[in-house]
Amino acid sequence: MVSGANGKAAVLEVSHLDTTFATPEGEVKAVSDVSFTAGGGEAIGIVGESGSGKSQVFMSIMGLLASNGRARGSVKFHGREILGLSANQLNDIRGARMSMIFQDPMTSLNPYLTVSRQLTEVLVTHKGMSEAQARKAAIAMLDRVQIPEAKQRFDMYPHEFSGGMRQRVMIAMALLCQPELLIADEPTTALDVTVQAQILELISELRQQFNMALILITHDMGVIAGLCDRVMVMYGGRVVEAAPVRDLFKNPQHPYTAGLLRSMPRLDETSHDRLTTIAGQPPNLQRLPSGCAFRDRCDRRFEPCATELPPLRPITPERSKACHLPAL
Amino acid sequence: MVDVRLQDLPRAAIEEVAGRSLWADARHRFLRNKAAVSSVIILALITVACFAGPHLGLRPQDDVNYDMMPAAPPDFAAGYFFGSDSNGRDLFVRTLYGGQVSLTVAVVATFVSLVIGVIWGALSGFIGGRIDGAMMRIVDILYSIPFIFFVIMLTVVFGRYIVLIYFAIGSVSWLDMARIVRGQTLSLKRKEFIEAAHASGVSTWNIVLRHIIPNCLGPVVVYVTLTIPNVILTESFLSFLGMGVQEPQSSWGTLVSEGATVMESAPWMLLPGIVLAVTLLCLNFVGDGMRDALDPKDR
Amino acid sequence: MPSPGALGSAPLLSVADLKVHFRIGGGVLSRRPPAILKAVDGVDFELRPGETLGLVGESGCGKSTLGRAVLRLLPQAAGRVVWLGEDLGKLSHEGMRQKRREMQIIFQDPLASLNPRMTVGEIIAEPMKTFQPDLPAAEAKRRVQEMMRKVGLLPNQINRYPHEFSGGQCQRIGIARAMINNPKLIVCDEPVSALDVSIQAQIVNLLMDLQRETGMALIFISHNLSVVRHISHRIMVLYLGRVAELADRDQLYRNPRHPYSQALISAVPIPDPEVERGRQRIVLKGDLPSPLKPPSGCAFRTRCPKATEICARVMPPLDEIERGHKVACHHWNE
Repeated sequence: MVSGANGKAAVLEVSHLDTTFATPEGEVKAVSDVSFTAGGGEAIGIVGESGSGKSQVFMSIMGLLASNGRARGSVKFHGREILGLSANQLNDIRGARMSMIFQDPMTSLNPYLTVSRQLTEVLVTHKGMSEAQARKAAIAMLDRVQIPEAKQRFDMYPHEFSGGMRQRVMIAMALLCQPELLIADEPTTALDVTVQAQILELISELRQQFNMALILITHDMGVIAGLCDRVMVMYGGRVVEAAPVRDLFKNPQHPYTAGLLRSMPRLDETSHDRLTTIAGQPPNLQRLPSGCAFRDRCDRRFEPCATELPPLRPITPERSKACHLPAL
Repeated sequence: MVDVRLQDLPRAAIEEVAGRSLWADARHRFLRNKAAVSSVIILALITVACFAGPHLGLRPQDDVNYDMMPAAPPDFAAGYFFGSDSNGRDLFVRTLYGGQVSLTVAVVATFVSLVIGVIWGALSGFIGGRIDGAMMRIVDILYSIPFIFFVIMLTVVFGRYIVLIYFAIGSVSWLDMARIVRGQTLSLKRKEFIEAAHASGVSTWNIVLRHIIPNCLGPVVVYVTLTIPNVILTESFLSFLGMGVQEPQSSWGTLVSEGATVMESAPWMLLPGIVLAVTLLCLNFVGDGMRDALDPKDR
Repeated sequence: MPSPGALGSAPLLSVADLKVHFRIGGGVLSRRPPAILKAVDGVDFELRPGETLGLVGESGCGKSTLGRAVLRLLPQAAGRVVWLGEDLGKLSHEGMRQKRREMQIIFQDPLASLNPRMTVGEIIAEPMKTFQPDLPAAEAKRRVQEMMRKVGLLPNQINRYPHEFSGGQCQRIGIARAMINNPKLIVCDEPVSALDVSIQAQIVNLLMDLQRETGMALIFISHNLSVVRHISHRIMVLYLGRVAELADRDQLYRNPRHPYSQALISAVPIPDPEVERGRQRIVLKGDLPSPLKPPSGCAFRTRCPKATEICARVMPPLDEIERGHKVACHHWNE
């Protein structure tokens, strides 16, 4: 049986995922050959900037791609293939055993329905509870996510909550059925930093309590450092490095990862010299260069980089990288 | 940041790259729209026919041919392509001359309404406050004047001159334009590049001229192509009612009016009406094509 | 790098009791009296030439409003803003317009701050042509291309349109436009928040380089404390329109005295697993109060771990507790 890096049974197994979009200007490959495994209770961080494809990986898994998108490859949830399932079949799993939190709570909460409706609906549909039971369970969950006066606020509309509270409502909704896997796509990017701290602490607590696997998609390395066990770095639609969190930060093996870490000012640093930057811009997925997508910006490039695409190869049992360089 | 002097850059880097403006993008999209492009061609043909046609040696429009009275059907051999009207005049020639009048009214009135409406609406929307309120109340008051009443008054006071029609129609259609432009301006006002212009010290008038108006032009252009049919119809309507053009001059409106009375016995008298309808249809296709070209997301 | 203020030069900008109050609702026909949104409620500070003042705070703290009020872009602003010895409030409309050569702004959304129908060359040249309308075209073009090169854009792109550039490049265009008249102050309103992390560093470097070269002052508004620490000489922490703390950057991060500053600093994630997981985090309770109904006394008291009865009665004054370090808190010393 396949297991994740933590030795527990695999909850999610992604193999050679490819996602393309048909646009008027031709086909765009948003995700190329992405593979990874998430074990029970494991927290994986996916880091990348614009054009990295990180969000599209999960839209593909959850079956939420736009109409002009197509995903190929294999995605297995508890050993069962879910890529290509119909919406109805996916709905049994989505929301119940596998949940997602989005960046903007306003667009995933229906502004025309009260919060109570949206929460009880999840329970009634997936757990077959009665309305009364669902109400009780939902209010209990709102308490758990520290919404003050949950009972009074239960019947309010989303716009009557602040941004931080709406995000908590989303988390509550995602956790109602105690899913085995929670995917969070930039869950705190739009929030103030003090609210972000509250939400991240909440996610961490609930994760331990429910022994939930977590896949966190973000561009913020600080958040990854605090919450994740393993990290995958994506660039130009591909995974360029994967490693346990401490290894990645202490000893990055891909020039992009190293460049990213060096270019971020840290709150605990005292130097005020020029930041070391990565030259150039993030890639345009419609016009990726030949060979390695990062080569134009890489200060360590050499001959094979322009002609051969570096495959993702393991360097230790726990680490892999997609780079022609022997070591950094 | 590498410090490179301008002279040291290689030739290719110095030669300026032409930009692709948003208008160029729109033109490209417009040219891919077959209905719109065909309509433009048809309109061009009609316009050329109306203005150049009569000079090609056709008979004058008031030339009465007693053989062709009262209304005779089309006779290609004799050169009466549309036949003749109840007074024996060549209907085809009359249609061309009528087209001149209708199209001229359309262009002049629309141009006047464009200039006044755009400036009025942009200034009003941008300045805001009490001045905006006052300017829009004037628009409201003018709106409330019944149009036909207004035209009748003008005709009574000044007599039946075609110029009055230009004036009357122009003085009414700028109102709609002003409202549209004002709406556009209100949403543009909040945009950051307007704030940037303000912070750069650009004067109010220059902001309106350089920043607001060019960015309003999208909906304005579309609205213009849809206003022209309105103007032609209004002129036709007025002429139909008996105000507007005087005999022996004709416009498409008077021709339709004449045709309507003898429709049953002389159906070819409706041919000018068909020409009018085709023109309006083409204008609508062009308007749609422009809207799609300028804002492809808004299909 | 020593703080330029230490050289004892006269302040470039002196702001006293700056207030920006917006009236919400309450028209002629409304039954309710108008509510007042106090976006900025009594802020004082000084800025010296060549200095960077960082403004930090979360939503509703008024930092963006404050930046615009200093530039007199908001008619609702009240209070004294003294620029190079002149009170800006006493200037006529035209007088203020003339001052705009010296003080500029760059915006958060790089693409939205550029007129989509103008070429890059026209955009950058506009402030210059506004004040020097008789400048010959060739000279204007030369200056624009020189400025493009300075901010890291290829001069041959001068005829392109904003939508043909990336976010980072658009921000460079905005910076070029702001710099073309050699201003003494640029207000940067979240200039890197909408950019990718790898591009943020490029823009931060660019601003610091330009500052070193021209000696201009910057007011850097951001919610990203790490970037603010890197680029600023002094930092002002705002909460619901009032100053919570004002200090030299190292002072603030080593020894924050206001409970809000402490919470803010402890909340920022640090990209280092060892450090991040070993931290003792101060997690605030509750949410930001509505700026329409701020709490009495100290606005932060509803979330403050140190709040006591006096905090609800008396608004804490901004006191100087050591040289260059001011705090508005009754309990700063605990």
